[in-house]
Amino acid sequence: MSFQLNINGKTHDVDIEPETPLLWVIRDSVGLTGTKFGCGIAQCGACTVHVDGKAVKSCSVNAATAVGKQVTTIEGLGADGQHPLQAAWIEHTVPQCGYCQSGQLMAAAALLAKSPKPSDREIDSAMAGNICRCGTYTEIKAAIKTAAKIG
Amino acid sequence: MTKMDISRRTFIHTAAAAGGGMILGFSIPGISPALARSVMPEGWKDPAGGVEVSAWLTIDTDGTVTVRVPHTEMGQGALTSVSMFIAEELDVPWKDVKAVFASANRHITQGEEYVNMSTYGSNLVRNRHPHILQAGASARERLKEAAALQWGVARSAVTAKQGVLSSGGNKGTYGEFASAAAAVSLAEEPKAKEYLDWWLLGTDVPRMDVDIKTDGSAIYPIDAVVPGMVYASVMSCPVPGGRLKSYDFNVIKDRPGVIQAVALTQVKDKLGRTDQMSGIAVVADTFYRAKTALELMPVEWDLHAGIGLSTQSMEAEAQGLLGMDAEHVEEVRGDPRPILAASPADKIVTADYMRPTESHVCMEPAAALVSITKDRVDVWSKTQSVQGTLMLVADQLGRPPSEVYCHGTSQGGGFGFGSAHPAPRQAAEIAQAVGRPVKVIWTREEDIAQARTRPPVWGRFTAAIGSDGLPTAMHARTVGSSQKPDFADRVIVDQHYSVPNYRFERHAVKSHIPIGYNRAPGANSNGFLIEQFADEMALAGGWDPLEWRIKMTEGNERWQRVLAKMKEVCGYTTDLPKGVGMGVAVVEAHNATVGACATVEVTKRGALYIEKVHIISNTGYVINPRNAHEQNFSSVVWELSHALTGGLDIQGGRITNGNLDKYALMRMPEAPVVESSWAMSHDGWWGGFGETSAPPTPPAVANAIFAATGKRVRSTPIIKHDLSWS
Repeated sequence: MSFQLNINGKTHDVDIEPETPLLWVIRDSVGLTGTKFGCGIAQCGACTVHVDGKAVKSCSVNAATAVGKQVTTIEGLGADGQHPLQAAWIEHTVPQCGYCQSGQLMAAAALLAKSPKPSDREIDSAMAGNICRCGTYTEIKAAIKTAAKIG
Repeated sequence: MTKMDISRRTFIHTAAAAGGGMILGFSIPGISPALARSVMPEGWKDPAGGVEVSAWLTIDTDGTVTVRVPHTEMGQGALTSVSMFIAEELDVPWKDVKAVFASANRHITQGEEYVNMSTYGSNLVRNRHPHILQAGASARERLKEAAALQWGVARSAVTAKQGVLSSGGNKGTYGEFASAAAAVSLAEEPKAKEYLDWWLLGTDVPRMDVDIKTDGSAIYPIDAVVPGMVYASVMSCPVPGGRLKSYDFNVIKDRPGVIQAVALTQVKDKLGRTDQMSGIAVVADTFYRAKTALELMPVEWDLHAGIGLSTQSMEAEAQGLLGMDAEHVEEVRGDPRPILAASPADKIVTADYMRPTESHVCMEPAAALVSITKDRVDVWSKTQSVQGTLMLVADQLGRPPSEVYCHGTSQGGGFGFGSAHPAPRQAAEIAQAVGRPVKVIWTREEDIAQARTRPPVWGRFTAAIGSDGLPTAMHARTVGSSQKPDFADRVIVDQHYSVPNYRFERHAVKSHIPIGYNRAPGANSNGFLIEQFADEMALAGGWDPLEWRIKMTEGNERWQRVLAKMKEVCGYTTDLPKGVGMGVAVVEAHNATVGACATVEVTKRGALYIEKVHIISNTGYVINPRNAHEQNFSSVVWELSHALTGGLDIQGGRITNGNLDKYALMRMPEAPVVESSWAMSHDGWWGGFGETSAPPTPPAVANAIFAATGKRVRSTPIIKHDLSWS
């Protein structure tokens, strides 16, 4: 089945079963590989993207549900110039292996969009769905605070 | 992104070494420039030009030094560490240094110029630093010699500093002399500097590959793409060692995009740790179509005889063995048994410990892309050794290694799993069968079911306490897995406390579950055993656990440094209100002596908060304190994940945890604050940071829990223990 997806402000024609998870359409059909596969069951958050500004685990939503909506991936996060979170991530040298960091950044960006000065508890809660096997959590938290100009 | 000039690039070999030449890079036929950036060996950043001074580096006219890094970057900082070693000796401004991945093909066809490209065991800094420093020093001296020849002075009269050569009134940049330097042969290679002369090593240097990991542009094996590529989803026999009996492709053959099913042949790997199990693959034009079709295809297995194995059966066997004499005995310091037998019961301490099977769960599951043509084979794979993976695929395909190219990429975690899987073999076998490039991606379920595991370990320790409160005799008996019974016994056998009579015994439970290395492999399990028992011995003798460790390692310089620093900076005390506790532990492994001091709070209802873990490292030297600290908190979270909530369950001869919903890993809310302090000996031996802070952390936490609650957690996962107190 053919349908159109708007990803990072560009319209993409996709011809695939509509129940295909958004993750695999982004990666394999559209060719944006910054969004990662980690578990396939919405447990690790490596696949986090924004759909109409909300953080979504793209491995666990059908691509068809994103039709008519604005999908943003890591490649589109800094579309208007480097996002403050990306600058903070570099300042704190957050990524180690880096594989989960697209998802971490997208989860953090959705948090700051909703709550520009999040409390520690809000940060923990918003980021608890994103696993980092390199254990960069304290640096992620510090970078979020830097981007939010907290402390 | 810089545009690539394909016409300037040939397949592999750089222009002649003698006299230098342009670096021609490593492009691949049929790949668009945009993709080529992603997939070339140098692919993590745009390749630089310049003159090749040696296999290790090029120098461009603008002063840019591009270091070819032989080792795998999996987040531990390989690109940065190797580049720092080179820049230290070469003496160039750090801002002018770039890094690219070195070519494994060049390594195996041109005299193993990089010595050894594998990357595990914290070996990069620990064991590879001499030849990497040598490569930097050699380039520097050749630049000096080239300048000396032109200026008509002795080499010793030429100074090389921060990219500039000078002698009297003569001055020139490294870039100006790079071509001449490439032709210089030194009669004698220079010695590496003493650490007191370092200007770059020992300073805080941000890792070089951070920016590409914040915008989605870093390319991992799972991201590699070549034209005409198809995808394979694979499943090996869920009971390791079993065989594929039958499958019915007809059921799925008409599904969209489905191309073929390919039976995977069992291969015993002479290269080690990458045996391919009997299994089945479904190939389709997208991964999700392949995965879905595989799930729907009827498959029958001849299950292995190990089907009777379970967590419970292993536990029962181990408990039986703990009570029996073992055949494997090491009388490290005599026979403690007569002393133990003669000691009154109130002078005996005895305890049983256990740690279960664990897995790596790299965030990037195993993935490999293999492209086969008449002339060459290209491979992108999850790996910790591009050299090893190249040889593996050559072996699988029966091709000369010189025709195989395994490309460097970022790696989504390694942790010992990186090279210990058969995904590149599978991709090669499937690519051959379908006649197209094939990318294999393991599902997370396959990754947990098939990754070679850290085996379980059990231990029973018994000690007699003398009149001074110190142990007079100790007996340790462990039970490992028959797959590798000696899995890091050493941390226990070679324990550093001066117990006068010490004997070690080892048993093994029968198991067919394959074993692999897992970030500080056995030291994690065995450190948990011995370092809790150390506390139990100390407390039984009325000693403060930190003072006991200082006393029991008198004369051991490495340990004394760590323990003295711990006493100085951690504020360790046993005088805390109930519900709050501090615990210490020290483990020496991978040539590093590392202490951990944990502070925990346990509520009356038994909720555990790990507030802080302070790591004290003696790795001999620390080349990049910033990255060392980052590796410390990484290792702490790594091993606490397993110790708090981990543990794989085995039922019916297979691992049944399935996915991350049944194998819980640490998340942000649980992560403790981690601090780092150094207690370096600077005496010629080198340890590493990639994993060495993991082993002491769980026993320090367990000791802190005891201090807080009076409850001993002698097994993991700790979440299974009731920590409530009143």
